[in-house]
Amino acid sequence: MFFIGTDFQSDDVPIFLNHFSFYNIQKKGMINISAIIEIIPQLLRGLGITVTVLLASAIIAYIVAFVAGLSRVSKNVILNKVAGIYVEIFRGTSLIVQLFWLYYAIPMLFGIQLGSNWWTGVIAIGLNYGAYLTEVVRGSILAVDKGQTEAAIALNMSSFQKMRLIILPQAVRMMLPEVGNYTIQMMKATSLVSLIGMRDILYYGDIMRSTNLSQAPLVYVVVLFTYFILALPFIWLTRKGESLSKKGVVSQ
Amino acid sequence: MSSNFQWDTFAEAFPYVLQGLGMTVGLTFACFGFALIFGFIWILLRRLPLKSLVWISTWVMEFIRSTPPLVQLFFIYYAWPVIPVVGVTLEPFTCAVLGIGIHYSTYIGEIYRSGIDSVDKGQWEASTALNFSTIDKWKRIIIPQAIPPTIPMLGNYFIIMFKEVPLASTIGVGGILFMANSYGSLHFAYLEPLTIVGIIFFILSYPSSILIKKLEVKMNTRFDKNAILSKSKKKSIQGMNLEGSDHIV
Repeated sequence: MFFIGTDFQSDDVPIFLNHFSFYNIQKKGMINISAIIEIIPQLLRGLGITVTVLLASAIIAYIVAFVAGLSRVSKNVILNKVAGIYVEIFRGTSLIVQLFWLYYAIPMLFGIQLGSNWWTGVIAIGLNYGAYLTEVVRGSILAVDKGQTEAAIALNMSSFQKMRLIILPQAVRMMLPEVGNYTIQMMKATSLVSLIGMRDILYYGDIMRSTNLSQAPLVYVVVLFTYFILALPFIWLTRKGESLSKKGVVSQ
Repeated sequence: MSSNFQWDTFAEAFPYVLQGLGMTVGLTFACFGFALIFGFIWILLRRLPLKSLVWISTWVMEFIRSTPPLVQLFFIYYAWPVIPVVGVTLEPFTCAVLGIGIHYSTYIGEIYRSGIDSVDKGQWEASTALNFSTIDKWKRIIIPQAIPPTIPMLGNYFIIMFKEVPLASTIGVGGILFMANSYGSLHFAYLEPLTIVGIIFFILSYPSSILIKKLEVKMNTRFDKNAILSKSKKKSIQGMNLEGSDHIV
């Protein structure tokens, strides 16, 4: 960040800058674009892991949240309690601890080899954010106006019809901004899988940093911008979802 | 690595892991304090008279908020000392306070903003009519009304930050996660110490989240919560309702 556009005279360039192996400093001392161009393809090797971990954990989180969220509002005591315990356990401990715990616990306690750490990361992130999203689902369902339930009962709808036709269409709209927010959170959380040896964007960034510490600033700035670009569609969706969530909803 | 969960190891690892608790809690307080102060800077930047500066600070905030705190931590720890002129080598603890503190200050700035927005327009007009100076207006009228209703939300963020602090173990701050990992590498038993870490987190964060819910109910009766919520909902922000407790009005 501070390299770019900083106009060093060649005399002012600190000694260590002469040892850059990855990119050249021009006479004027400006960091040239070619350095960034060299870093980007290195990092993009990890893009596949980051994106697939995000997509898979998001799908798991949405499904889990939907099932657990409906259980949280159901009258079945056992379902309700089980979902409640799940939510409290996963929200009460931190994601990075869950990730490490699952990393050691899955092969040890359950005797299963998942094949790769990919699944460990996906399960940890999916279940953790599934717990947060469960509360979003529950809150949105409860936020639908009570008159809607009463109207559905008055129209002689079964409780399944009531949920499917009246409550959920309104609740899902209300969820949209929060779901967008949590998807950004999940995208940020995927960077943790580099800690259990997955080769994501941050992993390749760390490799480049450890081979040549002097290029660390540029590497991490490019890593940060890559994550930001990944987040942009979700930021846009979240803002879109906010205006969409107000349409056709009767909330309290 | 032991083949199964062993209670002997669990008992042995417990005091070892517990050594890191002071560091974890201390770091949480330090990060939270830093974020509380830094959050005000975002508010100030948002209120600058220059439109372009406001636009820039909004996007800087968005950038910090939507990139991983882990990468930001690595940037401060590994990259900052290498940067010429401004670079300084910092202690891991300071790096963690800066990294996690700045990341969460963007969220806390948004909470402040929702509090300030919720102050009735008449209050601003009245302070102008009474010829208050800008400092007096903020000190005596706006801040006392804007900040107390946001205390439960700030409390939620305290818990969230507590759960985010173990990230600092990656740069070598000796919190409970760091201790658990070092115990694991010494004795080739990771599962037991990590279970202890999970239990400690749960024991500390679950009662505090209940406390905050109670505080919220108390605050609702003291302040006109409906007005605040309807306004803050209009500008629902990223991660604002992380604890999901604000949904039921």
